[in-house]
Amino acid sequence: MADTQTSKLTAPSTSPRQKLQRDLSNFFYRHPRLVLALLLAPPLLWLVVVYLGSLGTLLLQSFFRLDDFTGQVVREFTLRNYASLFERANLDIILRTAGMAAAVTLACVLLAFPLAYYMARYAPPRTKALLYLLVLLPLWSSYIVRVYSWKLILAKEGVVTWFFERLGLLWLLEALLALPGIGGPSLSVSTIGVFVAFVYVWLPYMILPIEAALERIPPSMLEASGDLGARPRQTFRGVVLPLALPGIVAGSIFTFSLTLGDFIIPGVLGNSSFYIGQAVLQHQGTAGNIPLAAAFTVVPIIIMAVYLLVARRLGAFDAL
Amino acid sequence: MRGRAQVTTASVPAVRLRSVSRYFGEVRALERVDLEIADGEFFSLLGPSGSGKTTCLRLIAGFDQPTSGSIQLHGVEAAGVPPYERDVNTVFQDYALFPHMTIGENIAYGLKIKGLPRTERERQVAEMLDLVRLPGVAARKPAQLSGGQRQRVALARALILHPRVLLLDEPLGALDLKLRQAMQIELKAIQQRVGITFIYVTHDQEEALTMSDRLAVFNEGRIEQIGTPADVYEHPDTPFVAAFVGTSNILRGSLAERLIGSPQPFAVRPEKIRLAACDEPVPPGTCSVTGVVHDVVYLGMHTRYLVTVADADETQEMQVVEQNLDASATDVMGARGKAVRLLWSTKYNRPLTRVNE
Repeated sequence: MADTQTSKLTAPSTSPRQKLQRDLSNFFYRHPRLVLALLLAPPLLWLVVVYLGSLGTLLLQSFFRLDDFTGQVVREFTLRNYASLFERANLDIILRTAGMAAAVTLACVLLAFPLAYYMARYAPPRTKALLYLLVLLPLWSSYIVRVYSWKLILAKEGVVTWFFERLGLLWLLEALLALPGIGGPSLSVSTIGVFVAFVYVWLPYMILPIEAALERIPPSMLEASGDLGARPRQTFRGVVLPLALPGIVAGSIFTFSLTLGDFIIPGVLGNSSFYIGQAVLQHQGTAGNIPLAAAFTVVPIIIMAVYLLVARRLGAFDAL
Repeated sequence: MRGRAQVTTASVPAVRLRSVSRYFGEVRALERVDLEIADGEFFSLLGPSGSGKTTCLRLIAGFDQPTSGSIQLHGVEAAGVPPYERDVNTVFQDYALFPHMTIGENIAYGLKIKGLPRTERERQVAEMLDLVRLPGVAARKPAQLSGGQRQRVALARALILHPRVLLLDEPLGALDLKLRQAMQIELKAIQQRVGITFIYVTHDQEEALTMSDRLAVFNEGRIEQIGTPADVYEHPDTPFVAAFVGTSNILRGSLAERLIGSPQPFAVRPEKIRLAACDEPVPPGTCSVTGVVHDVVYLGMHTRYLVTVADADETQEMQVVEQNLDASATDVMGARGKAVRLLWSTKYNRPLTRVNE
């Protein structure tokens, strides 16, 4: 008995190459922590050095100041950049961007939820695969190309205006564009146009996490709720929504932070009012005021941190 | 259900299924099932997986609608009545506890929907937790409880609404043997205390025999037999019931013809058969066959002998179970390969009607 076992363990020891491979495998097998370290080293290097490192540098820069005469960065600690964020013009930019991000996020949730619910609960497998494909399809083409397409679609001579005209609703479009603050000469040069394009480009990032969250709710959970006397509306509010909340929060992190940092859509479709991304671009590029640009980039980080804390306080992650 | 007050006479069954069928496309999950379950009864739906027992339960709960036939709850037609308007509650196989709520909130869920004030809800939750012998866990989350505890919470959540019928879908399936046996006794005790009709789905024939007042044996979407546990065990109607509920020796062909004078198959339970020496005389009123023991399975409390019986041109395997009254493991193992005579009284022969094969 013992003989057969030993001969099995050391069995066909043929070439030295095979022996080396086996020794190596055995060595790694006996040192699982080493394997873990080797696997984690590259991503950790990337995240810590390249990503967190540059983020730290950025944060550091935001406490330096620009010498008004020489235009050189002076490496002295100051809170001047943060103070200047509260100046009227800069505060407007921050509030406008945050408001747009909130509106885009809300619109994305409202549009994404029904589709995600259908995909998770009702769609047969083939339809679901097709819907996945359709949701992801826009991401296959260049973001810039799609934004410029919207410029054409929303232009005064574009298809949207034509459509309103054919329906005899041109007055409605004009009334929309006449709204103070969000209107403009045409949809392609208005806050409404910026909003439409933002919702369009970020919608897939909202659909997918909500779909994933809904799919994880066992059907028996909904049946149990109905069984205990809850009408469908009560089941939705008491069971579906709380359990889908982590997905909604995950999706809104995408839509919110992506909107906060974008400078292309407001540049192409907006009127002259600035968003945070554009401000950063201008300060670090044309104006060469890297400290102020850095301070501006800290704003979205703070907004997201506060948002996540509030979401956690509201119990968004209780179901995880 | 609404309007329960006028139909509380004992003669109205709690649940009545009339010729109920449920097809999923071409698949016949349930085929013309007739069933009457009395008020206050502990009734089991027993069958292998895919036999239609869970489909039957889901139709009663209202999660699914029959393709044809009628379902009555306490005399009232249930067609089109949604689950949230049926006076029926369910304990789910996976318990289906809401993970984002505490145990207390889970149990109080139905009361909250009804609009009961918080203090009243809390009082009743405490009462229910006592009933299922799980006091003091109201503030915990489902993930912090063990499988057996979650099972009790699911039971409390369904019972707190005092339904007239409680449906249980293999509620003990995920528990280990000892806990399952303890819960069987406890469930039965709770049922007797609250006096609610329990409809219990299980694939475990021992569980169904232990707990039920009556049971229905399901096979391929049909009911093969309905009766008390003793009825179904002692007098199986069909080959399927004889083989699925407990174990049976089913004798057919020339062997059956020689023993009872008819080739119709009949069943005899392994524990009714006695092993004897080949030269032992056969008393009158006794069936006798000879064979060779080809395997012995020692099971502690008893021993199972597998005997190959050859008769004319037919060879059949028969099982005999004997209590280990004074035999030890080494004794019984020595029986392998021996020629033996199998004796049993003719009164234990159960002719089987061939429903389907």
